Amino acid sequence: MNRPWLLWLPLTVVAFIGGLAIYGLVVPKDDMVHSAMVGRKLPEFALPPATVGIEGLSNRDLADGKPRLLNIFASWCIPCKAEAPYLEALKKSGAEIDAIAIRDKPEDVAAFLAEFGNPFRRIGSDSEMAVQLKLGSSGVPETYVVGGDGTILYQHIGDIRAEHVPMLLEKLREAQ
Amino acid sequence: MIAETGLAALWLAAAMAMLQLVGGLTLLRGEGKLTPLIKPAALVQGALCVVSFASLMWLFYVTDLSVLLVASNSHIDKPLIFKLAGTWGNHEGSMLLWVSVLSLSGAAIALLEKRIDTRTLNATLAVQAFVALGFFAFLLFSSNPFERLVPAPVEGAGLNPLLQDIGLAFHPPTLYIGYVGLSVAFSFAVAAMLTRQVGPAFARAMRPWVLGAWIFLTVGITAGSYWAYYELGWGGWWFWDPVENASLMPWLAATALLHSVSVLATRNALRAWTIMLALVAFAMSMAGTFLVRSGILTSVHAFAVDPERGSFILALMLMYTSLAFLVFATRIGTVKQGEPFQIVSREGGIVANNIFLSVILAIVLIGTLYPLAAEAMGDKISVGPPYFNKATAPIALLLMVALLLGPMLRWRRDDLKRHKYWLVGFFAISLWTGVAIWRFVPGVGIFPILGLALSLALAVAAWVPLKGRKLLRTPLPVFGMVIAHFGLAVSVFGMAAESGFSRETLTALAPGESAKVADWQVKLDDVRPVVGDNWVAIEGQLIARKGGKKFTLRPQSRQFYRPEQQTSEAALLTRWNGQLYAVIAQPDENGDGRWQVRLWWKPFVTFIWFGGLLVALGGAIALLGRMFRRPKKPAVNKWARA
Repeated sequence: MNRPWLLWLPLTVVAFIGGLAIYGLVVPKDDMVHSAMVGRKLPEFALPPATVGIEGLSNRDLADGKPRLLNIFASWCIPCKAEAPYLEALKKSGAEIDAIAIRDKPEDVAAFLAEFGNPFRRIGSDSEMAVQLKLGSSGVPETYVVGGDGTILYQHIGDIRAEHVPMLLEKLREAQ
Repeated sequence: MIAETGLAALWLAAAMAMLQLVGGLTLLRGEGKLTPLIKPAALVQGALCVVSFASLMWLFYVTDLSVLLVASNSHIDKPLIFKLAGTWGNHEGSMLLWVSVLSLSGAAIALLEKRIDTRTLNATLAVQAFVALGFFAFLLFSSNPFERLVPAPVEGAGLNPLLQDIGLAFHPPTLYIGYVGLSVAFSFAVAAMLTRQVGPAFARAMRPWVLGAWIFLTVGITAGSYWAYYELGWGGWWFWDPVENASLMPWLAATALLHSVSVLATRNALRAWTIMLALVAFAMSMAGTFLVRSGILTSVHAFAVDPERGSFILALMLMYTSLAFLVFATRIGTVKQGEPFQIVSREGGIVANNIFLSVILAIVLIGTLYPLAAEAMGDKISVGPPYFNKATAPIALLLMVALLLGPMLRWRRDDLKRHKYWLVGFFAISLWTGVAIWRFVPGVGIFPILGLALSLALAVAAWVPLKGRKLLRTPLPVFGMVIAHFGLAVSVFGMAAESGFSRETLTALAPGESAKVADWQVKLDDVRPVVGDNWVAIEGQLIARKGGKKFTLRPQSRQFYRPEQQTSEAALLTRWNGQLYAVIAQPDENGDGRWQVRLWWKPFVTFIWFGGLLVALGGAIALLGRMFRRPKKPAVNKWARA
């Protein structure tokens, strides 16, 4: 053995992993996956249209000076159907909403919009969840409040219910 | 009284383990007075553990609700088979099973092992007792399975409905036997370092245990994957969930170990590396147990989660692995270098195999622990299938390339020119398949194409080692290798076909309406309620049509009570070239009488598990060959001498 220090490497790895595990056990756990992106600029992305007749979405579309909502949804997701009326309500109250459809197909998105209405300005198609992962989102539906300069201000996890509508409008107003 | 008997047996077994350990410590300072007691103690320990485990099983059989564990995990109305499976379908029972299998393997070593010298054998038993003692302490001080409950309840809480499945009832014991088999390899490795007996004799003694553990792990992972596929209703066969990774990591280490231990046994090379892999493999099975039982990582599998128990297993894991690596760091340097070999040789092929497997293991380990590390640095992230798939697929394909050639090579040194026709042949098969798919099936990713191309070449290459041999005189391990490698080709073919050509339709249907997936026309005929032993369900009747043939599928969405939980029972229609997979969910919320129906056509998906079983079968054939081989004349292989 020419390199005896190499023999100590496994022990070092064990110690490192052990330290991590002890940390994981000691520090109290918060099971909700919050995006680490809150307070940061949107990552760069450019998504193709999710369905015919509605434009796709890139991070530049979300940084045009006006605060907006970014809704992450999918036609196959049941809570997304439940939140559809409240997205409509948000739109009626003046919110501009863009969307990303996760692992979806054009015809399914079209059918979803035909059935539940279309509150969205643009819809990007994220067929491999790549942008979703970049955004630090863990599931559908989720809704982000994005500032006029493209900064993520707030992340709402889960479906939007009636009681969340005024709160989201308030966040948008603060972002002005 | 049965519960008390079980507990007493457990205490006595722990005492035997202590005796074994003390005997082993005296051994370190020359032959001690207690050394002759080590073997008998191992035998008695094994017998006492059987008594203890049988007691717990009896308590579950009669549903003795005055025992806390039975009351909280069983129910008087439960089907008998699940009552019995309830013995290990919970934390305490599974730990008792763990330590019982460990003790029984100790007894088996004491009784059967004749290939290594007595000193190393005794040291092995002492190390094993040391490992077992930690788990005895865990059971006796933190997770007593025989704890009484006063007053006894009338019915009992039941068993997690996801676990009420015949496949899963036998899944944990299968994996556990694999894990425990690796603990035996660990004990052998530590003992061999302590007594400075790292050599072919030690490798030959360790090999059947590694092989046995590896067979059980292979079967366990294959079964677990199929269970997740049909029971979770999400249509996939591998999720890269921490719990799945927990069993994959020891398998990867054991696969590498299995190959390197062969090099050590037949060629007396790769000494330090083999020892290192034996330690890593067991460290991985402990890490797996820890990850699953501590709830430290978020998983789709809801297991009993308890930080206190997690800390206990963590402490054990750190103690055993760091002590073992400490011995490794201080002792292995004194082990002589093994025999030399050239890069193009059977050893070289196995080294490549080991490197690729180790890299995959590192990728999986890093991916599994990364969320934890990121959290420690203030980030909250999850690592999903995209990372694992992208990172492991290229290495797995390289591993396949190494596998095409490796088994054909001669020990010590070989010449690639000797194999040029085969090489050209494999290249031609792969190229032809790849180009054909790329040309005629649009939109298939690069990895599925490469996977299909390589798996076809490997399906041929796997049989080459039999060429030119007299089949009746070929040793069983060679057949085992051929079948296992062919099984891997079958499995990879299934994975590549499934990921490249799957078709999915998500739809909401009213009775009478139809949907299409791939070439199948599927009509929702009827939806009706059905009642089972301890659940109620809605069952959809789907009529699937293709080419004039008609099949009925009945997926269910089940509601269990005690405890309340919803599961979906996918309906599978198996054809030779794939499966039609149907899931029905609760009705759409807007009340228009439609039902959520998800349909998949998964080409050749069954090959994944069929291949996995072939791999395990290959292992079993090799194991039979190792156990019942005729004694070799020493002159047959001049490299095999110690």
